[in-house]
Amino acid sequence: LWGGRFSPPRFPRPPPAAAGRGPGGSGGGRAYAPPAERKRFYQNVSISQGEGGFEINLDHRKLKTPQAKLFTVPSEALAIAVATEWDSQRDTIKFYTMHLTTLCNTALDNPTQRNKTQLIRAAVKFLDTDTICYRVEEPAALAELQKNEWDPVVAWAENRYNVTIGSSTSILGPNIPASTKETFVSHLASYNMWALQGIEYVITQLKSLILTMGLIDRHITVEKAVLLSRLEEEYQIQRWGNVEWAHDYDLCELRARAAAGTLFVHLCSESSTVKHKLLQD
Amino acid sequence: MAALGSPLRTFRGLLRELRRASGRPYRHTPAYRHVVAAFRTHRVTSEKLCRAQQELHFQAATYLCLLRSVRQHAALHQEYHGKGERSPEEVAGLVGFRLPQQPGGKG
Repeated sequence: LWGGRFSPPRFPRPPPAAAGRGPGGSGGGRAYAPPAERKRFYQNVSISQGEGGFEINLDHRKLKTPQAKLFTVPSEALAIAVATEWDSQRDTIKFYTMHLTTLCNTALDNPTQRNKTQLIRAAVKFLDTDTICYRVEEPAALAELQKNEWDPVVAWAENRYNVTIGSSTSILGPNIPASTKETFVSHLASYNMWALQGIEYVITQLKSLILTMGLIDRHITVEKAVLLSRLEEEYQIQRWGNVEWAHDYDLCELRARAAAGTLFVHLCSESSTVKHKLLQD
Repeated sequence: MAALGSPLRTFRGLLRELRRASGRPYRHTPAYRHVVAAFRTHRVTSEKLCRAQQELHFQAATYLCLLRSVRQHAALHQEYHGKGERSPEEVAGLVGFRLPQQPGGKG
């Protein structure tokens, strides 16, 4: 449908962020999905400093968000990383690989129009069905694996934040005390809006608040967090074999998204003057 | 603190990924200069002394993971999802099957 029918626009801006939608592509895809790929229309990518922060230049044109706002980021390192994403594109622009750009667009446009309170509420809500608290009873080997791999992280979070979390094999999930939720709510409130977008993003990718806090607090690496998030998949892969075009595909994508989100949070928190009230350093 | 391994290894890995991402003139890219400057400034060594060093190393390792995973994902996508529609024979071949021969019909 979309094929190659593109003439370079006068004020080019990327089509709506393709995150999560994946490629529509040629020969497949839904009829009204916007193109996930278009030709690279610029030679040079550079960054410059404007009034609102750092901007990205594609040749002489300034990058804009899907809602046509000027693309500005508060951190130079983040701008450099975004510029690298744009510079990495070869013949076609693969938007589904540009996770940092997507995160910045989301922070700038706020398309879901959520305020800080709503974002925090969405984030903490995940605790009720946090992956690493939601346990199976069988097969016994998997239950054992969950206990060995997930218990230490739960214990770390309980210790670090001075809360009770626990785990459960009930279909209703763990029973999280209100005080625990309040602690996380007030902790997350110390992050600025951009960082919060990143935190909520990682939580929805990993399906776990605790694993995300483990990443934000630098307690575990991205590879480890993704492994723990996909523990059951990994268990099944060990048992039944690996299917590259599904398992590895998903693994790489989840790693990319979790890494992007984590980096985004750290780079957006650096210049923040809010002191995090750490219970334990 | 997360188990990060050797900072030198992370540094080398990052340079490698940046070279892949940028093509030929990668030494002049902002990313390359930034990474080199950051490692040089903080002199990330294996001595676990400075908290800022640990934070930098974690950030570097995270960025390395991002670059690597994006590259691998794009390669997998190109290999398995980027080639348009496959014939029934190719699809069967993906999971190790062969289509039976049907006399006078499809296949």
